[in-house]
Amino acid sequence: MWVFPVLVLATLSSWLLGIEGSTSTLIGCAVVVIALIKVRLVGLHFMELRNAPAALRGAFEVYVVATGATLLTLYLVL
Amino acid sequence: MTATAARTEHSAPQRHRHIPGEPGLWVFLLGDMIMFSVFFGFVAVLHGRHPRMFRTSQQALHPDLGLLNTLLLLTASALVARGLRQLRSGRPARTLPWALLCALGFAAVKACEYALVIRGGHTPSSNDFFMYYFVFTGIHLAHLAIGIGALTVLIVLSRRPALSRGQLLAAEGAAAYWHMVDLLWLVLFPLFYLVA
Repeated sequence: MWVFPVLVLATLSSWLLGIEGSTSTLIGCAVVVIALIKVRLVGLHFMELRNAPAALRGAFEVYVVATGATLLTLYLVL
Repeated sequence: MTATAARTEHSAPQRHRHIPGEPGLWVFLLGDMIMFSVFFGFVAVLHGRHPRMFRTSQQALHPDLGLLNTLLLLTASALVARGLRQLRSGRPARTLPWALLCALGFAAVKACEYALVIRGGHTPSSNDFFMYYFVFTGIHLAHLAIGIGALTVLIVLSRRPALSRGQLLAAEGAAAYWHMVDLLWLVLFPLFYLVA
């Protein structure tokens, strides 16, 4: 299954970005986006929501987008 | 319904829309996830309002241990997903005890990190960063403890020679709960440890 290696690679990528200690907003936003991509992969593949009825899958997709958009807005605006 | 029939019904999710576990469970899971999103927002606001305090406090954490814990949870989730597929197809779910071991490993590593942070002179009363850190990761750890219970139920069910439809739904629900524990940590980890 390709999901697990992708999740591990994404984790290592964001960890490498994070331990650089950069205070760049761009790096911070990239780390948040990688985290939300991982959340979506876990939800769709491990939680099997890709095969769930449209309402449940849709609720999960809205959750991921809303959480990501809120966090990015907070990091960019504050 | 027999286990064979139940497993057949659940073994072709690619063709039939299927809710993993009891539908009511998803109200609870999504509600829990939304509650954590509010926590994530609190951390982002703290980061924006007190960037220097956030950065200084963050340096007392141990991102290497956070990385180890992330890999443990991801491994556990992959093992649980595989174990559930094996369970549905009637094969022995041998990966589940390893998933439980990863979960216990996460708890042990987290306890070590708490000890290191506290030994470094940082407690929930030190500042808002550490208050959020201990409270939010502590609530997550409580979820992990329930997740360990869910994995134990999953292992017990996997030892049965046959599962009823209700038992298979319980197994799917336990797996979904476990994946939620993983999913929440995937956001908590970068917010506290990586976003400077």
